[in-house]
Amino acid sequence: MNAVSGAVLTEAKATASDVAAPAWHTALWPKAAQWAAPVGLLLIWQLAAQTGWLSSRILPEPWAVLKATWSLAISGELWEHVTVSLWRATGSFILGGGLGLLLGLLTGTFKTAETLLDTSLQMLRNIPALAMIPLVILWFGIEETAKLFLVSIGVFFPVYLNTFHGIRSVDRGLIEMAKSYGLSGWPLYRDVILPGALPSILVGVRFSLGLVWVLLIVAETISAQSGIGYMTMNAREFLQTDVVLVGILLYAVLGKLADVASRALEKYWLRWHPGYR
Amino acid sequence: MKTSKTEHARVEAADPATSPGTKRGIRVAVQGISKSYEGRAVLKSVDLRIEAGEFVAVIGRSGCGKSTLLRLIAQLEPSSSGAIVFGDGKRAPATRIMFQDSRLLPWRRVVDNIALGLTSAAGKAAKALESVGLKERAHEWPAVLSGGQRQRVALARALVHEPELLLLDEPLGALDALTRIEMQQLIENLWQQRGFTALLVTHDVQEAIALADRVVLIEDGKIAVDERIELPRPRARGNPLFAQLEERLLARLLKHPASLPDGPLGDLSLLRTVGQVAWAI
Repeated sequence: MNAVSGAVLTEAKATASDVAAPAWHTALWPKAAQWAAPVGLLLIWQLAAQTGWLSSRILPEPWAVLKATWSLAISGELWEHVTVSLWRATGSFILGGGLGLLLGLLTGTFKTAETLLDTSLQMLRNIPALAMIPLVILWFGIEETAKLFLVSIGVFFPVYLNTFHGIRSVDRGLIEMAKSYGLSGWPLYRDVILPGALPSILVGVRFSLGLVWVLLIVAETISAQSGIGYMTMNAREFLQTDVVLVGILLYAVLGKLADVASRALEKYWLRWHPGYR
Repeated sequence: MKTSKTEHARVEAADPATSPGTKRGIRVAVQGISKSYEGRAVLKSVDLRIEAGEFVAVIGRSGCGKSTLLRLIAQLEPSSSGAIVFGDGKRAPATRIMFQDSRLLPWRRVVDNIALGLTSAAGKAAKALESVGLKERAHEWPAVLSGGQRQRVALARALVHEPELLLLDEPLGALDALTRIEMQQLIENLWQQRGFTALLVTHDVQEAIALADRVVLIEDGKIAVDERIELPRPRARGNPLFAQLEERLLARLLKHPASLPDGPLGDLSLLRTVGQVAWAI
């Protein structure tokens, strides 16, 4: 009798813990599953490198990449290159994007500006920025100006096009309403036209921020004395595949950070918009 | 503007500032106004007088030119010929328009939308919002309001300027039946309190009869019927006289074939572009 009731008790306990298990299980499972693939891949990669299936000349082991990052970080070399690259990226984004915004506002607002400028800009837009490299080197040499110019040009067009389109596609009904409520000139522009164009302008900004890094990689690999691109190219000369990989990963991280920043901008400036909440 | 001396004298007599009976309305005299778009005549020499503080409803099939008439009176568009005289004709009228789509600025909170174009907004906007019963929604974005609430905000925005002339361009067309009746009562009450002149364009005959002192029917760009509604306010829709009137106007509307769709801009609400798309990249 006693033994039987004991067995029943343990069975009851077991079912109780069975019931309790799914609670943490369901909470953690999606998160764990999300990272299962990349972590698994890293493990396989590490194992393959350690057992010699994968030559370190092709792809260094993850551990080596980590070590390379660490040694570059403590020597200060890493920060130096990152700072230089960041400076170039921000500088050319502000220059190219700012100019794109200004010209976009101008051609979007004034018909005369559109007829004067838009056709030429549309023509220039079709030239790939990187096709300008030989000319740019002839014009500016291989100094900072050349890199700034190259990246700025690439960044200019997405901002310009989206600003122009944004201004042009502001709801005409809203403008008509605002005019009939006595708004005109700058107040009309500030309260109706600019906010109406903002979603489109921010799409341009986000696109440009992605493009900055793509162009910067190329600009920095042509001829540079510093920057992430230089670090990578230099490492290639010495077959330091681990450092090359560090450079590539750095671009990925910086690109992601830029995207997060532009998303934050959208979230704040477009908080009225149901699509961004 | 070409108005004769006798015209001036008569207008002067009805001026709200000089006659004690009316409060704030302005008299509107539409004189032989015509409008054509690319050779197609939409309005053909229309004459219409609206007394100060009067509520006039304009009905007609879509494309008959009723919205065009409102846009001309709102001075959103120039007329092809004819003139519109407001009050004594010496100054621009304080006109406000309420559109079918509320046209609230989506990036301004409700209370700031009402304050649009006000020079000293303090307190006024909140008060106007209270008068349409939406005091507690003051700091919300327009996107979260329902269609009826948005139209209430639009009404408050129009009334906060204390207009002499309120133009209503099918403002309740997109609302459900219950909300529409509520809004009609709200508009009627506010009109009675404030005494502005009101011009309502609608395709809903019942709405026109419920609200207006006079119902004007436009057909093919001309005024076909101009009917004074003598029913006492507030008007019960069950009243047999109401029903009779409605039936008669509807029969008149249905007798005439439908004409071509509205103006060159088409439906303005279709031009809305809040959901932007990145293009050409």
